[in-house]
Amino acid sequence: MPDFFHKRLERPVVRGQIPRQPARIMVSPSNTLHTAYDSKIEGNVIVTRVDAAINWMRKHSLWPMPMGLACCAIELMATASSRFDISRFGMEVMRFSPRQADVLIVSGTVTYKMALAVKRIWDQMPEPKWCVAMGACASSGGMYRSYAVLQGIDRLIPVDVYISGCPPRPEALIEGLMKLQKKIEGEESTLAQKKVFFEENA
Amino acid sequence: MAAQEDVKRLCETLGKGVVGTVEFRGEHTLNVSLPTLHDALKKCREDLGYEMIIDLSSLDHFGDDPRFEVVYELATVDDSKHLRIKAKVSEDEEVPTATDLWPGADWHEREIYDMMGIRFSGHPHLKRILMWEGYPFYPLRKDFPLAGRPSEMPDVASTGVAPLEGGPFVTTAGATDTVRREPRAHVVE
Repeated sequence: MPDFFHKRLERPVVRGQIPRQPARIMVSPSNTLHTAYDSKIEGNVIVTRVDAAINWMRKHSLWPMPMGLACCAIELMATASSRFDISRFGMEVMRFSPRQADVLIVSGTVTYKMALAVKRIWDQMPEPKWCVAMGACASSGGMYRSYAVLQGIDRLIPVDVYISGCPPRPEALIEGLMKLQKKIEGEESTLAQKKVFFEENA
Repeated sequence: MAAQEDVKRLCETLGKGVVGTVEFRGEHTLNVSLPTLHDALKKCREDLGYEMIIDLSSLDHFGDDPRFEVVYELATVDDSKHLRIKAKVSEDEEVPTATDLWPGADWHEREIYDMMGIRFSGHPHLKRILMWEGYPFYPLRKDFPLAGRPSEMPDVASTGVAPLEGGPFVTTAGATDTVRREPRAHVVE
Protein backbone atom coordinates (compact mmCIF):
# COMPACT_ATOMS: atom_id res chain seq x y z
CA MET A 1 0.00 0.00 0.00
CA PRO A 2 1.42 3.41 -0.81
CA ASP A 3 2.52 5.56 2.04
CA PHE A 4 0.02 8.37 1.63
CA PHE A 5 -2.86 5.98 2.10
CA HIS A 6 -1.74 5.09 5.60
CA LYS A 7 -1.38 8.72 6.47
CA ARG A 8 -4.96 9.41 5.51
CA LEU A 9 -6.26 6.76 7.85
CA GLU A 10 -4.33 8.17 10.78
CA ARG A 11 -6.09 10.24 13.34
CA PRO A 12 -5.03 13.84 13.68
CA VAL A 13 -2.08 14.19 16.02
CA VAL A 14 -3.03 16.05 19.16
CA ARG A 15 -0.13 17.63 20.96
CA GLY A 16 1.03 15.58 23.92
CA GLN A 17 -0.57 12.38 22.72
CA ILE A 18 1.19 9.47 21.21
CA PRO A 19 -0.29 8.81 17.75
CA ARG A 20 -1.99 5.46 17.56
CA GLN A 21 -1.54 2.99 14.80
CA PRO A 22 -4.32 3.10 12.21
CA ALA A 23 -6.91 0.35 12.41
CA ARG A 24 -6.60 -2.17 9.61
CA ILE A 25 -9.09 -4.70 8.44
CA MET A 26 -7.41 -7.94 7.69
CA VAL A 27 -8.97 -10.70 5.65
CA SER A 28 -7.26 -13.95 6.39
CA PRO A 29 -8.33 -17.47 5.34
CA SER A 30 -9.27 -18.25 8.93
CA ASN A 31 -11.92 -15.52 8.90
CA THR A 32 -13.95 -16.98 6.01
CA LEU A 33 -17.34 -18.44 6.76
CA HIS A 34 -17.41 -20.81 3.85
CA THR A 35 -14.63 -22.83 2.33
CA ALA A 36 -15.84 -22.03 -1.24
CA TYR A 37 -15.67 -18.32 -0.58
CA ASP A 38 -13.36 -16.69 -3.08
CA SER A 39 -12.58 -13.20 -1.90
CA LYS A 40 -11.22 -12.28 -5.33
CA ILE A 41 -14.54 -12.62 -7.11
CA GLU A 42 -17.23 -12.66 -4.46
CA GLY A 43 -18.92 -9.30 -4.31
CA ASN A 44 -18.50 -8.87 -8.04
CA VAL A 45 -20.83 -11.68 -8.98
CA ILE A 46 -24.59 -11.53 -9.02
CA VAL A 47 -26.78 -14.51 -9.66
CA THR A 48 -29.87 -13.55 -11.65
CA ARG A 49 -32.02 -14.34 -14.66
CA VAL A 50 -30.88 -13.21 -18.10
CA ASP A 51 -34.10 -11.27 -18.65
CA ALA A 52 -33.74 -9.44 -15.36
CA ALA A 53 -30.16 -8.45 -16.18
CA ILE A 54 -31.01 -7.35 -19.72
CA ASN A 55 -34.06 -5.39 -18.56
CA TRP A 56 -32.01 -3.73 -15.83
CA MET A 57 -29.47 -2.59 -18.40
CA ARG A 58 -32.09 -1.48 -20.90
CA LYS A 59 -34.19 0.51 -18.52
CA HIS A 60 -31.28 2.52 -17.23
CA SER A 61 -29.98 3.59 -20.61
CA LEU A 62 -32.99 4.73 -22.58
CA TRP A 63 -31.92 6.86 -25.50
CA PRO A 64 -34.81 9.10 -26.48
CA MET A 65 -35.60 10.26 -29.98
CA PRO A 66 -37.23 13.66 -29.45
CA MET A 67 -40.12 14.01 -31.89
CA GLY A 68 -40.89 17.63 -31.04
CA LEU A 69 -43.91 18.78 -33.00
CA ALA A 70 -45.53 21.47 -30.85
CA CYS A 71 -45.45 23.13 -27.43
CA CYS A 72 -44.89 19.79 -25.66
CA ALA A 73 -41.40 19.88 -27.13
CA ILE A 74 -40.65 22.93 -24.98
CA GLU A 75 -41.50 20.91 -21.88
CA LEU A 76 -39.40 18.06 -23.25
CA MET A 77 -36.46 20.45 -23.56
CA ALA A 78 -37.06 21.67 -20.01
CA THR A 79 -37.06 18.06 -18.84
CA ALA A 80 -33.73 17.48 -20.50
CA SER A 81 -32.10 20.60 -19.09
CA SER A 82 -30.51 21.14 -15.71
CA ARG A 83 -33.50 21.94 -13.52
CA PHE A 84 -35.37 18.69 -14.10
CA ASP A 85 -32.47 16.70 -15.52
CA ILE A 86 -33.46 13.34 -16.99
CA SER A 87 -29.82 12.28 -16.90
CA ARG A 88 -30.64 11.21 -13.34
CA PHE A 89 -32.45 8.31 -15.01
CA GLY A 90 -29.85 7.68 -17.69
CA MET A 91 -32.03 9.16 -20.44
CA GLU A 92 -30.13 12.28 -21.33
CA VAL A 93 -28.67 10.95 -24.55
CA MET A 94 -31.13 12.54 -26.98
CA ARG A 95 -30.37 11.26 -30.42
CA PHE A 96 -31.57 13.06 -33.51
CA SER A 97 -30.95 9.98 -35.55
CA PRO A 98 -33.59 7.27 -35.18
CA ARG A 99 -30.94 4.58 -35.74
CA GLN A 100 -29.37 5.40 -32.40
CA ALA A 101 -32.50 5.83 -30.31
CA ASP A 102 -34.86 3.44 -28.56
CA VAL A 103 -37.60 5.64 -27.10
CA LEU A 104 -39.68 7.75 -29.43
CA ILE A 105 -41.15 10.65 -27.45
CA VAL A 106 -43.93 12.01 -29.63
CA SER A 107 -44.36 15.45 -28.12
CA GLY A 108 -46.93 17.54 -29.90
CA THR A 109 -49.70 17.66 -32.47
CA VAL A 110 -49.32 15.09 -35.22
CA THR A 111 -50.86 16.47 -38.39
CA TYR A 112 -51.73 14.15 -41.23
CA LYS A 113 -48.96 15.75 -43.25
CA MET A 114 -46.43 14.86 -40.53
CA ALA A 115 -47.93 11.49 -39.60
CA LEU A 116 -46.15 9.35 -42.14
CA ALA A 117 -42.83 11.04 -41.34
CA VAL A 118 -43.30 10.02 -37.69
CA LYS A 119 -44.16 6.50 -38.80
CA ARG A 120 -41.06 6.38 -40.96
CA ILE A 121 -38.84 7.48 -38.08
CA TRP A 122 -40.44 4.81 -35.91
CA ASP A 123 -39.73 2.20 -38.58
CA GLN A 124 -36.10 3.30 -38.76
CA MET A 125 -35.54 2.80 -35.03
CA PRO A 126 -33.91 -0.53 -34.17
CA GLU A 127 -35.54 -3.00 -31.79
CA PRO A 128 -36.06 -2.99 -28.86
CA LYS A 129 -37.98 0.27 -28.99
CA TRP A 130 -40.71 2.00 -27.07
CA CYS A 131 -43.01 4.90 -27.75
CA VAL A 132 -44.24 7.60 -25.41
CA ALA A 133 -47.23 9.71 -26.47
CA MET A 134 -46.61 12.95 -24.63
CA GLY A 135 -49.57 15.25 -24.11
CA ALA A 136 -53.18 15.35 -25.21
CA CYS A 137 -52.48 15.88 -28.93
CA ALA A 138 -50.16 12.92 -29.38
CA SER A 139 -52.46 10.72 -27.29
CA SER A 140 -55.82 11.56 -28.84
CA GLY A 141 -55.59 14.57 -31.12
CA GLY A 142 -56.30 16.79 -28.13
CA MET A 143 -58.32 19.89 -28.84
CA TYR A 144 -57.71 19.54 -32.57
CA ARG A 145 -60.84 17.74 -33.69
CA SER A 146 -60.27 18.66 -37.28
CA TYR A 147 -59.54 17.50 -40.79
CA ALA A 148 -55.84 18.23 -40.43
CA VAL A 149 -54.84 16.35 -37.27
CA LEU A 150 -54.29 12.64 -36.67
CA GLN A 151 -56.52 11.63 -33.75
CA GLY A 152 -53.79 10.01 -31.66
CA ILE A 153 -50.43 8.61 -32.72
CA ASP A 154 -51.60 5.13 -31.61
CA ARG A 155 -53.53 4.93 -34.88
CA LEU A 156 -50.17 4.61 -36.59
CA ILE A 157 -47.60 3.20 -34.15
CA PRO A 158 -47.89 1.21 -30.90
CA VAL A 159 -47.71 3.40 -27.80
CA ASP A 160 -46.35 2.18 -24.45
CA VAL A 161 -47.04 5.18 -22.23
CA TYR A 162 -49.59 7.97 -22.60
CA ILE A 163 -48.94 11.17 -20.67
CA SER A 164 -51.88 13.47 -20.04
CA GLY A 165 -51.54 17.24 -19.96
CA CYS A 166 -51.59 20.14 -22.34
CA PRO A 167 -48.64 20.36 -22.25
CA PRO A 168 -47.60 18.01 -19.41
CA ARG A 169 -45.15 19.42 -16.91
CA PRO A 170 -41.63 17.98 -16.90
CA GLU A 171 -42.49 16.05 -13.74
CA ALA A 172 -45.27 14.32 -15.66
CA LEU A 173 -42.89 13.36 -18.44
CA ILE A 174 -40.41 11.99 -15.90
CA GLU A 175 -43.25 10.06 -14.26
CA GLY A 176 -44.17 8.65 -17.64
CA LEU A 177 -40.62 7.62 -18.38
CA MET A 178 -40.39 5.97 -14.96
CA LYS A 179 -43.59 4.08 -15.79
CA LEU A 180 -41.88 2.99 -18.98
CA GLN A 181 -38.90 1.79 -16.92
CA LYS A 182 -41.35 -0.23 -14.80
CA LYS A 183 -42.77 -1.71 -17.96
CA ILE A 184 -39.35 -2.64 -19.31
CA GLU A 185 -38.58 -4.32 -15.97
CA GLY A 186 -41.40 -6.78 -16.55
CA GLU A 187 -40.48 -7.72 -20.11
CA GLU A 188 -39.49 -11.31 -20.85
CA SER A 189 -37.61 -10.98 -24.11
CA THR A 190 -35.25 -13.98 -23.87
CA LEU A 191 -37.98 -16.13 -22.38
CA ALA A 192 -40.21 -15.26 -25.33
CA GLN A 193 -37.36 -15.97 -27.73
CA LYS A 194 -36.82 -19.33 -26.09
CA LYS A 195 -40.50 -20.11 -26.45
CA VAL A 196 -40.43 -19.29 -30.13
CA PHE A 197 -37.27 -21.37 -30.54
CA PHE A 198 -38.88 -24.42 -28.95
CA GLU A 199 -42.10 -23.95 -30.89
CA GLU A 200 -40.21 -23.76 -34.16
CA ASN A 201 -38.09 -26.83 -33.38
CA ALA A 202 -40.87 -28.92 -31.88
CA MET B 1 -58.76 61.23 -45.57
CA ALA B 2 -56.35 60.25 -48.28
CA ALA B 3 -57.90 56.82 -48.86
CA GLN B 4 -61.24 58.52 -49.46
CA GLU B 5 -59.73 60.54 -52.29
CA ASP B 6 -58.14 57.40 -53.70
CA VAL B 7 -61.54 55.70 -53.73
CA LYS B 8 -62.95 58.70 -55.61
CA ARG B 9 -60.13 58.64 -58.14
CA LEU B 10 -60.47 54.88 -58.67
CA CYS B 11 -64.22 55.29 -59.24
CA GLU B 12 -63.56 57.95 -61.87
CA THR B 13 -60.87 56.03 -63.76
CA LEU B 14 -62.42 52.54 -63.58
CA GLY B 15 -65.95 53.69 -64.33
CA LYS B 16 -68.33 50.76 -64.62
CA GLY B 17 -65.82 48.30 -63.17
CA VAL B 18 -66.55 49.57 -59.69
CA VAL B 19 -69.55 47.74 -58.26
CA GLY B 20 -69.78 49.76 -55.08
CA THR B 21 -67.92 51.46 -52.27
CA VAL B 22 -68.33 51.03 -48.55
CA GLU B 23 -67.09 53.27 -45.77
CA PHE B 24 -67.25 51.95 -42.24
CA ARG B 25 -65.62 53.77 -39.32
CA GLY B 26 -62.89 55.24 -41.47
CA GLU B 27 -62.21 52.00 -43.35
CA HIS B 28 -62.66 52.21 -47.09
CA THR B 29 -63.71 49.28 -49.22
CA LEU B 30 -63.93 49.20 -52.98
CA ASN B 31 -65.99 46.45 -54.57
CA VAL B 32 -64.92 45.84 -58.15
CA SER B 33 -65.88 43.34 -60.83
CA LEU B 34 -63.42 40.54 -61.55
CA PRO B 35 -62.32 41.78 -65.03
CA THR B 36 -61.29 45.18 -63.61
CA LEU B 37 -59.67 43.76 -60.47
CA HIS B 38 -56.15 43.68 -61.82
CA ASP B 39 -56.43 47.21 -63.27
CA ALA B 40 -57.63 48.49 -59.92
CA LEU B 41 -54.77 46.82 -58.07
CA LYS B 42 -52.26 48.10 -60.61
CA LYS B 43 -53.49 51.66 -60.15
CA CYS B 44 -53.24 51.32 -56.40
CA ARG B 45 -49.71 49.99 -56.64
CA GLU B 46 -48.30 52.31 -59.29
CA ASP B 47 -50.26 55.56 -59.10
CA LEU B 48 -51.65 55.74 -55.58
CA GLY B 49 -48.60 54.49 -53.68
CA TYR B 50 -49.92 51.37 -51.95
CA GLU B 51 -46.55 49.64 -51.69
CA MET B 52 -47.67 46.93 -49.36
CA ILE B 53 -50.18 44.08 -49.46
CA ILE B 54 -51.03 43.31 -45.85
CA ASP B 55 -53.29 40.38 -46.52
CA LEU B 56 -55.08 38.54 -49.23
CA SER B 57 -57.96 36.36 -48.18
CA SER B 58 -61.11 34.81 -49.53
CA LEU B 59 -64.70 34.22 -48.50
CA ASP B 60 -67.11 31.44 -49.35
CA HIS B 61 -70.69 32.71 -49.72
CA PHE B 62 -72.07 29.20 -50.03
CA GLY B 63 -75.40 29.33 -51.82
CA ASP B 64 -74.88 32.68 -53.55
CA ASP B 65 -74.22 32.84 -57.26
CA PRO B 66 -70.73 34.23 -57.49
CA ARG B 67 -69.78 31.83 -54.75
CA PHE B 68 -66.41 33.21 -53.65
CA GLU B 69 -65.00 36.62 -52.91
CA VAL B 70 -61.33 37.64 -52.75
CA VAL B 71 -60.28 40.42 -50.40
CA TYR B 72 -57.11 42.50 -50.80
CA GLU B 73 -55.88 44.58 -47.89
CA LEU B 74 -53.58 47.32 -49.13
CA ALA B 75 -51.55 49.86 -47.21
CA THR B 76 -48.74 52.33 -47.62
CA VAL B 77 -45.52 51.61 -45.81
CA ASP B 78 -45.82 54.76 -43.70
CA ASP B 79 -49.32 53.55 -42.68
CA SER B 80 -50.99 56.77 -43.78
CA LYS B 81 -53.49 55.03 -46.05
CA HIS B 82 -55.37 51.75 -45.88
CA LEU B 83 -57.64 50.39 -48.60
CA ARG B 84 -59.61 47.19 -49.03
CA ILE B 85 -60.50 45.86 -52.45
CA LYS B 86 -63.01 43.07 -52.96
CA ALA B 87 -64.09 41.12 -56.00
CA LYS B 88 -66.61 38.33 -56.41
CA VAL B 89 -65.49 35.14 -58.11
CA SER B 90 -67.69 32.31 -59.32
CA GLU B 91 -66.62 28.69 -59.07
CA ASP B 92 -65.31 28.31 -62.62
CA GLU B 93 -63.50 31.66 -62.82
CA GLU B 94 -59.81 32.34 -62.29
CA VAL B 95 -58.45 35.40 -60.52
CA PRO B 96 -55.54 37.27 -62.15
CA THR B 97 -52.50 37.03 -59.93
CA ALA B 98 -51.19 39.98 -57.94
CA THR B 99 -47.65 38.61 -57.69
CA ASP B 100 -46.51 40.87 -60.55
CA LEU B 101 -47.45 43.88 -58.40
CA TRP B 102 -46.56 42.61 -54.93
CA PRO B 103 -44.25 39.57 -54.69
CA GLY B 104 -45.66 39.10 -51.18
CA ALA B 105 -48.97 37.98 -52.65
CA ASP B 106 -47.35 34.69 -53.68
CA TRP B 107 -47.94 32.63 -50.56
CA HIS B 108 -51.31 34.24 -49.85
CA GLU B 109 -52.55 33.14 -53.25
CA ARG B 110 -51.20 29.66 -52.71
CA GLU B 111 -53.00 29.47 -49.39
CA ILE B 112 -56.28 30.56 -50.97
CA TYR B 113 -55.82 27.96 -53.67
CA ASP B 114 -55.07 25.32 -51.04
CA MET B 115 -57.88 26.10 -48.63
CA MET B 116 -60.63 27.44 -50.90
CA GLY B 117 -59.79 26.12 -54.33
CA ILE B 118 -59.74 29.45 -56.12
CA ARG B 119 -57.21 29.36 -58.95
CA PHE B 120 -54.96 32.32 -59.81
CA SER B 121 -53.98 32.77 -63.45
CA GLY B 122 -50.40 33.83 -64.04
CA HIS B 123 -49.15 32.70 -60.63
CA PRO B 124 -45.52 31.49 -60.94
CA HIS B 125 -45.85 28.48 -58.65
CA LEU B 126 -49.44 27.64 -57.84
CA LYS B 127 -49.31 24.54 -55.67
CA ARG B 128 -50.71 23.68 -52.28
CA ILE B 129 -48.94 25.30 -49.35
CA LEU B 130 -50.39 23.56 -46.25
CA MET B 131 -51.98 20.33 -47.41
CA TRP B 132 -50.04 17.96 -49.63
CA GLU B 133 -50.25 17.76 -53.40
CA GLY B 134 -52.96 15.32 -54.29
CA TYR B 135 -55.24 16.03 -51.33
CA PRO B 136 -58.66 15.91 -53.00
CA PHE B 137 -60.58 18.52 -50.95
CA TYR B 138 -60.55 22.24 -50.15
CA PRO B 139 -60.99 22.31 -46.37
CA LEU B 140 -62.16 25.88 -45.78
CA ARG B 141 -65.12 25.64 -48.12
CA LYS B 142 -68.45 25.76 -46.34
CA ASP B 143 -69.57 22.39 -47.65
CA PHE B 144 -66.49 20.68 -46.23
CA PRO B 145 -67.19 19.19 -42.78
CA LEU B 146 -64.88 20.30 -39.99
CA ALA B 147 -64.39 16.68 -38.99
CA GLY B 148 -62.77 16.05 -42.34
CA ARG B 149 -63.32 13.44 -45.00
CA PRO B 150 -61.37 10.25 -45.44
CA SER B 151 -58.79 10.29 -48.19
CA GLU B 152 -56.09 7.84 -49.05
CA MET B 153 -52.75 8.45 -50.72
CA PRO B 154 -50.36 5.62 -49.92
CA ASP B 155 -46.78 6.78 -49.20
CA VAL B 156 -47.84 10.43 -48.91
CA ALA B 157 -50.61 10.82 -46.36
CA SER B 158 -54.04 9.58 -45.44
CA THR B 159 -56.74 11.33 -43.50
CA GLY B 160 -59.67 10.13 -41.45
CA VAL B 161 -62.74 11.64 -39.88
CA ALA B 162 -62.28 13.24 -36.47
CA PRO B 163 -64.82 12.39 -33.75
CA LEU B 164 -66.66 15.60 -32.93
CA GLU B 165 -68.97 14.35 -30.13
CA GLY B 166 -71.83 16.78 -30.75
CA GLY B 167 -69.71 19.22 -32.62
CA PRO B 168 -68.13 22.61 -32.18
CA PHE B 169 -69.60 25.72 -33.74
CA VAL B 170 -69.91 25.25 -37.48
CA THR B 171 -71.07 28.37 -39.24
CA THR B 172 -73.61 28.43 -42.03
CA ALA B 173 -73.43 31.40 -44.38
CA GLY B 174 -76.58 33.34 -45.19
CA ALA B 175 -78.70 32.24 -42.21
CA THR B 176 -80.94 34.88 -40.72
CA ASP B 177 -80.15 34.61 -37.02
CA THR B 178 -77.17 33.59 -34.92
CA VAL B 179 -78.70 30.34 -33.69
CA ARG B 180 -79.11 29.14 -37.25
CA ARG B 181 -75.83 30.63 -38.45
CA GLU B 182 -73.76 29.04 -35.69
CA PRO B 183 -75.54 25.84 -34.63
CA ARG B 184 -74.09 23.71 -31.85
CA ALA B 185 -73.84 20.83 -34.29
CA HIS B 186 -74.03 20.94 -38.05
CA VAL B 187 -75.44 17.89 -39.75
CA VAL B 188 -73.44 17.13 -42.86
CA GLU B 189 -75.17 15.11 -45.55
